Amino acid sequence: MQLLPCGSEALLAQFDSLEEALDFDAAVGAAAIHGVVETVPAARTVLVIFDPLATGPDLLAGHLRRVASRPASPRPAEANQIIEIPVVYDGPDLDGVARHLGIAPAEVVGRHTACLWRVGFAGFAPGFAYLLGDGSLEVPRRAEPRVRVPAGSVALAGEFGGIYPRDSPGGWQLIGRTDAVLWDAARPEPALIVPGRHVRFVAVAP
Amino acid sequence: MSFVIEAPGMMASVQDLGRPGYARLGVSRGGAADRGALRLANRLVGNPEDAAGIEVTAGGFQAYAERDLLLAVTGAVGPVRIGGRAVGTNAPETWRHGESLEIGAPTASLRSYLGVAGGVATTVVLGSRSYSRLGDLGAPLSAGERVPVGRAPGKHPVVEHAAVPPPATCELTLAATLGPRAGWFDEAARATLLAESFTVTGELDRTGIRLDGPAIHRMTDAELPSEGMMRGAVQIPAGGRPIIFLSDHPATGGYPVPLVLTPAAADAAAQLVPGMSVRFALCG
Repeated sequence: MQLLPCGSEALLAQFDSLEEALDFDAAVGAAAIHGVVETVPAARTVLVIFDPLATGPDLLAGHLRRVASRPASPRPAEANQIIEIPVVYDGPDLDGVARHLGIAPAEVVGRHTACLWRVGFAGFAPGFAYLLGDGSLEVPRRAEPRVRVPAGSVALAGEFGGIYPRDSPGGWQLIGRTDAVLWDAARPEPALIVPGRHVRFVAVAP
Repeated sequence: MSFVIEAPGMMASVQDLGRPGYARLGVSRGGAADRGALRLANRLVGNPEDAAGIEVTAGGFQAYAERDLLLAVTGAVGPVRIGGRAVGTNAPETWRHGESLEIGAPTASLRSYLGVAGGVATTVVLGSRSYSRLGDLGAPLSAGERVPVGRAPGKHPVVEHAAVPPPATCELTLAATLGPRAGWFDEAARATLLAESFTVTGELDRTGIRLDGPAIHRMTDAELPSEGMMRGAVQIPAGGRPIIFLSDHPATGGYPVPLVLTPAAADAAAQLVPGMSVRFALCG
């Protein structure tokens, strides 16, 4: 772990992989360090935001190094909870994705549903998270992004999977759709999929 | 208790000190763009500093009271009238039932803060009353909207006026510390960033401010994997023109950050208007 400065209210912890970053994020959460306000896990980093009236960068850096040096503890039970997402696989890019991978569309669905996806980190909209699969469905983004991707679109781009929480522009390849509500600010837990947890997609009839 | 919006101006919204804890889900803390100004407005009317008030952008705001209220307007320098009579900023003032409050176009700075004794008492969503465009939480205020006010604290505030230094009108120096990706820029690029002056463009909102000036080029073409962002982060996109993130910034971003403003400088940045120039100065 490398600790980088990030102003007077945060430190940025950097790692070699997303897995390490997610493990550190979970460990910092479990350690309940005094003065830590929130953490933001991302692709290779965890931003640790603190209250400068409650702790300082040097004191906090010491705590974070101790957390990082401990062997990864088993994840808390809720981290192992699997969120099932029902999907109708009729996305406009399903055939294109299959062609790109040189497999049948049914095999795309087979791989997408067989894989246990780990929720990586939040993205461009509330409730959106990058999902990490088994690497068997890597496809490029679309050359031309769509102006409007409907909410609930189940998509692929690069090494990641994702679900659009609301109507938005987007360049990901759309392979299906779900009626699961990804984000609802009125729920106690507004996001359906939370960094560190797991997602399984289940094929359903339209 | 309540007041009713007659004209919101360019944009007026309910803001408090934001909603920490949801950045991991894609919603940054948000809250007042100039946190210091909201805090002061609250102190002047006897509220806790984190009570909600109204953030008014570039004046043009008008509202009438449905009860006798106590208010303070802070932030931008400009005309404030209650019932047609001019009143001071940075001071508690009585706002009588039926009177209109007008916050006019600022002569300096951009955002005014209206604090009312008891605090704005709209519904709390995810721990805050703040409107967040990025989080799609709440909405800007519109004409005709009734804004509820909470129960006023028992005792009248003792402070009559807070002395506030006059805001910069031409050039502002923003104090900053080195950010996590200062190393992505060579000596020359860092020197340019810290020596030159940059112009505030019209591309400015609660998310951030795009600056114009000498392009700052990074040493590497490597893609930066998305990482968590802070209010006050100075991000350098591929074109080399800096962007200062304000309170409604995206929770994560993929461009390197060589500087992060101090919280006070981030407040001051929220008061910049297009055409002003800024410089960055390393501190601490």
